[in-house]
Amino acid sequence: MDAHFEYVLRLADDQLVLGHRISEWCGHAPMLEEDLALPNIALDLIGQARMLYTHAGEIEGNGRNEDQLAYLRPEQEYRNLLIVERENGDFAHTMLRLFFYASFMELFWEKMLTSSDEVLAGIAAKAIKEVRYHVRHSAEWVIRMGDGTDESARRLEDAYDDLEAYCTEMFEMDDVARDMVAAGIGPDTQALVESWKAKVEAIFREAMLNRFAPVEGHRSGGRKGQHGEEMGFLLADLQYMQRTYPGLNW
Amino acid sequence: MSETVKNEVPLWEVFIRPRNGLSHKHCGSVHAADEVMALQAARDVYTRRGEGQSIWVVRSKDIVASDPQDKEELFEPTADKIYRHPTFYEIPDEVGHM
Repeated sequence: MDAHFEYVLRLADDQLVLGHRISEWCGHAPMLEEDLALPNIALDLIGQARMLYTHAGEIEGNGRNEDQLAYLRPEQEYRNLLIVERENGDFAHTMLRLFFYASFMELFWEKMLTSSDEVLAGIAAKAIKEVRYHVRHSAEWVIRMGDGTDESARRLEDAYDDLEAYCTEMFEMDDVARDMVAAGIGPDTQALVESWKAKVEAIFREAMLNRFAPVEGHRSGGRKGQHGEEMGFLLADLQYMQRTYPGLNW
Repeated sequence: MSETVKNEVPLWEVFIRPRNGLSHKHCGSVHAADEVMALQAARDVYTRRGEGQSIWVVRSKDIVASDPQDKEELFEPTADKIYRHPTFYEIPDEVGHM
């Protein structure tokens, strides 16, 4: 598979799958304000995914459009990080996962602004504004849960313990990613680790959360299509309409 | 909404300024634990369709309101003083919003 196509597809899958997960909160959030905040974030991510899928389809050149790429692939062909497919869990899990991921993507999109792929640079310019708000919103919640009640602090610690193994996959480099660095298309994500760590730990200090930024994780495989069991259920939900009514358009 | 949220999370009044040159206008309220979260909640609830350039939030309990029972003495005396309305002037179009 073409490395450029694969690379853009990975990015698209990350945004779609996390966007879908966050959209699951719609109608279920603990308060009305958050019931709008979370779908706002989900729609930002799904909007980014749409642009990325369209771009991936153009690179591939086989006539596949955004819907075909988003809805008609089997599980093993999804290339998203494992952290984005994890179930939402409670509000602390949801917010901590978003904080980890958005903090990484903020650094990632900043680098992508100067990509030699002009479409990706353009998507980065739009996405960076959205993701900065995702960081801000999730960080404020992490601070308030960590430095809140005994129960909110315990839930945040539990979320940390469940998610820590999944963070290093965000920074992994493989042949595809290295090809993109060589072509000036994508950044060396290993070089983002220290900035991410500093950002995460600054918020943890404010949150009185006695933990380090998790950079020793061992869960990986999403980029090769090896997903957790929750991914099949997610796709069953996500793909239902296209599978039931093939070719359905809005 | 649960009883906990209703009972413990403070209420804030939200004011949005739609464009430069206009004033902030009251548009509703949100629940939030503090002023930072109140601004974010206001952004998420009231500016989803490009309504705003600027947001103010203020604790609802900090607003001093007139008593509806006082409305006769407060407001009715103005009813017969039409000379206070600037309706006797032509306003040139170039003036814009007044």
